[in-house]
Amino acid sequence: MPDKNTDKTTVTAEQSGGAAAAVKRAVNRSDMSRAAWTWKEMKRNKVAYALIAPFMILFFIFTVIPVVLSLILSFTTFNMLEWPNFVFMDNYIRLFLDDDIFVIAVKNTLIFAAITGPTSYLMSFVMAWFINELTPKVRAFVTLIFYAPSISGAVYLIWATMFSGDAYGYVNGILIYLGIISTPIQFFRNETFVMPLCIVVALWTSLGTAFLSFIAGLQTVDHTLYEAGAVDGVRNRWQELWFITLPSMKPQLLFGAVMAITGSFGFGGIVTALAGFPSVNYSAWTIMHHLEDYGGQRFEVGYASAIATLLFLIMIGANLLVNKLLSKVGQ
Amino acid sequence: MAKLRTRKHRVVLNRSVGGDVGISVMLIIMGAFMFLPMLYVILQSLKPFDELFVYPPRFYVVRPTLQNFSDLFTLMSDSWVPFSRYIFNTVLISVLGTLGNLILSSMCAYALSKINFPGRGWMFEMIIKSLMFNTTVSAITNFITMSLLGWIDTYLAIIVPAWCSTLGLFLMKQFMDSSVSDSVLESARLDGASEFYTFLHIAMPMVKPAWLTLIVYSFQGLWNSGASIYIYSEQLKTFNYAISQIISGGVARAGASAASTVLMMIVPITVFVITQSNIIETMSTSGLKD
Repeated sequence: MPDKNTDKTTVTAEQSGGAAAAVKRAVNRSDMSRAAWTWKEMKRNKVAYALIAPFMILFFIFTVIPVVLSLILSFTTFNMLEWPNFVFMDNYIRLFLDDDIFVIAVKNTLIFAAITGPTSYLMSFVMAWFINELTPKVRAFVTLIFYAPSISGAVYLIWATMFSGDAYGYVNGILIYLGIISTPIQFFRNETFVMPLCIVVALWTSLGTAFLSFIAGLQTVDHTLYEAGAVDGVRNRWQELWFITLPSMKPQLLFGAVMAITGSFGFGGIVTALAGFPSVNYSAWTIMHHLEDYGGQRFEVGYASAIATLLFLIMIGANLLVNKLLSKVGQ
Repeated sequence: MAKLRTRKHRVVLNRSVGGDVGISVMLIIMGAFMFLPMLYVILQSLKPFDELFVYPPRFYVVRPTLQNFSDLFTLMSDSWVPFSRYIFNTVLISVLGTLGNLILSSMCAYALSKINFPGRGWMFEMIIKSLMFNTTVSAITNFITMSLLGWIDTYLAIIVPAWCSTLGLFLMKQFMDSSVSDSVLESARLDGASEFYTFLHIAMPMVKPAWLTLIVYSFQGLWNSGASIYIYSEQLKTFNYAISQIISGGVARAGASAASTVLMMIVPITVFVITQSNIIETMSTSGLKD
């Protein structure tokens, strides 16, 4: 513990917060430079650094440095064996001008994300809103039914059984029995069906964290607001939703958007499991698959790093853009 | 309770019958879409061999049997690596990964939430940014890191990165912001309690829902982890990987693969059922401020 005096000062600063804190700091800092003050504060809070250090060190090693390292390697020809050569933008130029499959991958990824992201977001919200009026026991049960597919691991492979390409597949069997088709459709080997089916399965597993966050958010909306709204002329549940509920749960809406967008770029594993690697004529080939192909199988690490960097920028960009749009809602 | 008042005030607001009916119909359709595939897995796992291959395919089961489950164990006892080893691996990875993540995240969350130190702003900002991309991005470069550390083909390559997974930390920090009052911590500090003592004995007991949530999230993720690019040895592979091998055995193993899927999903679903109310409570503070 540092000496009593400084400690007391910051105690009041922390408690009162905001403007008061700023004033206290300013007084405290008047006789020293910003760097000196920061250093003093850092020494005073040694214990805080001790508490965050284990997590932050690992977080840097396994998350921050890899992203930065990918960016650096994306300008080289690294292949895990030879010393990397600096080639500047060559990898990126090759990606967009010489790699037809990458262009397909970008197109598929964007289609996939543009459909699954907003749809799963809306589904999560609408379902959470629907079940909000149920009694707590029923609500808990319905929550479980909706949430279960997202936590049950490889259970989505049941869709491969249902849409299996022979007459024993449930869907083919029924269609043949009803006389709609005469030979079984190879659903996951057919360019027309593979993307839509993967999207449906992805959506099936997508009522996850955002969904739970919305359920909780709806429960915490201040009920006196609804009563006040009723007095002020809110006439039905739609007006209530628009004027009271949505503005009250904006933090959850923002968090849910992050979860939905990040999720919408993370369905590569489902596609691989259902459609194979590679999918027929690259019809469901995404940037994740391209990355796995070059990084994990061909060991063209420099090239793969360029793919990883682009994917990183797309994901962060989509998130920041959507968060900016959502924060405008209700202003 | 608030919930009762809600229902009372709904009456006051004169909800339209049309809206109620419409919502119910939508709920039933969505419920069917979500639930029927789950039900189908369970029914498939209970079907005897002849019923799996009737034509036209039947949704329900006529003579339910546990044959598929016992077949699964027979099938696995023939495998080169004993079935119990895959289960051991998954349990080991899940338990150690979750434990480490819990300890490291709660310490970090406490400091980020309750101590005003230089750098906490941008550090938390970085944690939020990390929620915006998934680990695919860092997989290739992490492979290099793992080789440098000599962790390729060891449990460490799976367990240690799980310790710094950020979603649990984020949820715990947000929950601490609103559930642990600064004045309680202040009075403890003035009484001479060390920062570590206030963390362990005052803050942690107050955020039980948050650490349960973190445990569930971390555990689910690790429990469902399948083949990894860092693991080559068969005896280090997970239960989920073993199941995917059974399923890839094709049509002849339809029963066994459904049975293994059911076994696999029982654990996370049970865990969620037990902890649901705590998770929802944690999620109520999950919001992002703009």
